[in-house]
Amino acid sequence: MTSSTDPLSLGKSYGGSNVGVGETHVAAGPEVDVVDGASALSRAETERLITEATPDLSVFGPDIVAKAAILIGRYPESRSALLPMLHLVQSVEGHVSQAGVQFCAQQLNLTNAEVSAVVTFYTMFKRKPCGEHLVSVCTNTLCAMLGGDAIFQRLGEHLGEEGRPLGHEDTSGTPGEPGSITIEHAECLAACDLGPVLQVNYEFYDNQTPESAVELVDALRRGEKPAPTRGAPLTDLRSVALQLAGFFPEDEATYRSHVDGPSAAVETLRGAQLAADRGWTAPTMPENTPALPEVEKK
Amino acid sequence: MTTTETTPRPDPVTPVLTKRWLSPNSWRLSTYEQLEGYTALRKALTGTPEQLVQLVKDAGLRGRGGAGFPAGVKWSFMPPNEDKPHYLVINADEGEPGTCKDVPLMMADPHSLIEGCIIAAYAMRSHRCFIYVRGEAMHCIRRLNAAVREAYDAGYLGQDILGSGFGLDITVHAGAGAYICGEETALLDSLEGRRGQPRLKPPFPAAAGLYAAPTTVNNVETIASVPFIVNGGADWFRTMGTERSPGPKIYSVSGHVERPGQYEAPLGITLRELLELAGGMKDGIPLKFWTPGGSSTPLFTAEHLDVPLDFEGAAEAGSMLGTTAVMVFNETVSVPWAVMKWTKFYEHESCGKCTPCREGTYWLAGILERMVEGNGTASDIETLLDICDNILGRSFCALGDGAVSPITSGIKYFRDEFLALCDQNSKAKTTPALAGAH
Repeated sequence: MTSSTDPLSLGKSYGGSNVGVGETHVAAGPEVDVVDGASALSRAETERLITEATPDLSVFGPDIVAKAAILIGRYPESRSALLPMLHLVQSVEGHVSQAGVQFCAQQLNLTNAEVSAVVTFYTMFKRKPCGEHLVSVCTNTLCAMLGGDAIFQRLGEHLGEEGRPLGHEDTSGTPGEPGSITIEHAECLAACDLGPVLQVNYEFYDNQTPESAVELVDALRRGEKPAPTRGAPLTDLRSVALQLAGFFPEDEATYRSHVDGPSAAVETLRGAQLAADRGWTAPTMPENTPALPEVEKK
Repeated sequence: MTTTETTPRPDPVTPVLTKRWLSPNSWRLSTYEQLEGYTALRKALTGTPEQLVQLVKDAGLRGRGGAGFPAGVKWSFMPPNEDKPHYLVINADEGEPGTCKDVPLMMADPHSLIEGCIIAAYAMRSHRCFIYVRGEAMHCIRRLNAAVREAYDAGYLGQDILGSGFGLDITVHAGAGAYICGEETALLDSLEGRRGQPRLKPPFPAAAGLYAAPTTVNNVETIASVPFIVNGGADWFRTMGTERSPGPKIYSVSGHVERPGQYEAPLGITLRELLELAGGMKDGIPLKFWTPGGSSTPLFTAEHLDVPLDFEGAAEAGSMLGTTAVMVFNETVSVPWAVMKWTKFYEHESCGKCTPCREGTYWLAGILERMVEGNGTASDIETLLDICDNILGRSFCALGDGAVSPITSGIKYFRDEFLALCDQNSKAKTTPALAGAH
């Protein structure tokens, strides 16, 4: 936790360096009224910029602050908690806003710039509000060839308006509202034997077609939660973001149902099943476990 | 096993890592314990760390994450003292296009990874392990967390594991969508809460890794193999695979085959044999090109059906074994198109740290897109190769090298297809337009 109450969260160091820690000439001089000063911008414009830079952090209540502290406690060095904390921020806001950046900066005693640099590096951190559901379509070469490109195009047209299909990270409906859907291109999702694949909130929907994908998003828009091929029962993007941060359902039954969600696709088991069917096995291990090798003590 | 002379050739499919996957609720501790789970750990804890490092060296286990570095040798780089904390970091950031072996492994048999982690940590005198899982693999994260929880409750993790005096804590850490974090030093930066950009080596992680302390980064499949080696011994492990590439390996067969899936076979299997297992080419349409181990490994063609898919065999034939992600493409697929799609991937995933990769992939993608759209120029192929030459071996990490693989190998084997795209355009340009109407 930081003691800094400066809304701009100017950290005490810059990436571990002490350069710039001392008093600057601005701080040393008399206070300057930046709003009424000789600015090229109008007063209203300047106020808007300042307001944007000092957002309201009240959305991150005591429960979120407590969770942030738990995250920090999981690592030998606090900064390692930044990625999980950004997932936590997304579980609150549905994306990472400037307020989210400042929240993390305050919790970890980093500068806003240090946090922003991290946020913008990773594709799973969204900079604009997302739908209740995030639909990620793999359009890497193999899935694209098997129909992934066609699926993305079809979804864009289906969810968009006449002549204005949705593109990457566009949202159908009002972000955050029930039934709203953000679509995105995804890179290889490590399910190539099941391609073309897509994910809804990072749960797998395997072996898709443009038609099945349209059915899926229509069901999502109606408020239904079709079961994934592999993964936990579908929830929404924010709930999954909380799990990505490392906080799982506390209710044992719900937790168990999530963990036990299906995973063994036919494709996954093909080799093992083929071997079982044909009586193929790995060479048998020795009956008595062999002794560990002798090594000379240095 | 019997003596080496009479050792029969193993069966075509040798389920070791994948065998438990068939069991109902294979991810639960109760299932795992019924299937020899945590017996290797008990045995390992009776030995010394040096003995375990030697065992893994004797087994010849090579890294399953793509580079194939001998795991035992990597472990032996860790300092024998404990002046600083030692860290074991598991690279579960599976994202190499075509690669889909670690995700099913972590979903189906997370305890094999956990048990491997405990043995490996003991061998390297580490008391802290992080499993860095790509964020999109949500269900793996869930299963791993549940497995870690079960392992703590059963006394396999925490202080004084099974009364041995050895203690280990494991933290499952979710990434946030960046292919580059599969590069081990970028992964460490990411785990430290930074942009995932690779570090200059040396120092290698064993000298200065996570928090500048001695660290070993290993792939999921590598570590999950360790309990089997402890139980079966080095000689048993070597009954599969080849002299220099021993053991079983999960081959992920995808694309235009009848039965895509995960096939665990001894290292050295050929594509011809894999295709037989996978039911042959889909709809009988002939093979055109394929990757032996992901998009970063140079393409192979139908000429390479009998190349042994082990580290040496793939390299001798001009590619790399990589992650044994066998993506199969039939004659209907345009090579320049496939190469363009992969190049856009590398452009997107280039971390931006070094100029050759950041700028190079940008221009490569632009030129390839132009070619595929039918606007290629006669000099495009030479320009592509020239840019590739300025990336290969001149980038900060292997992402740059991987980015040029599809292009240089694509042009090597299918130059005519690239030329045709340029010719098509030059013909179009030279066709005189109709003139005279007003």
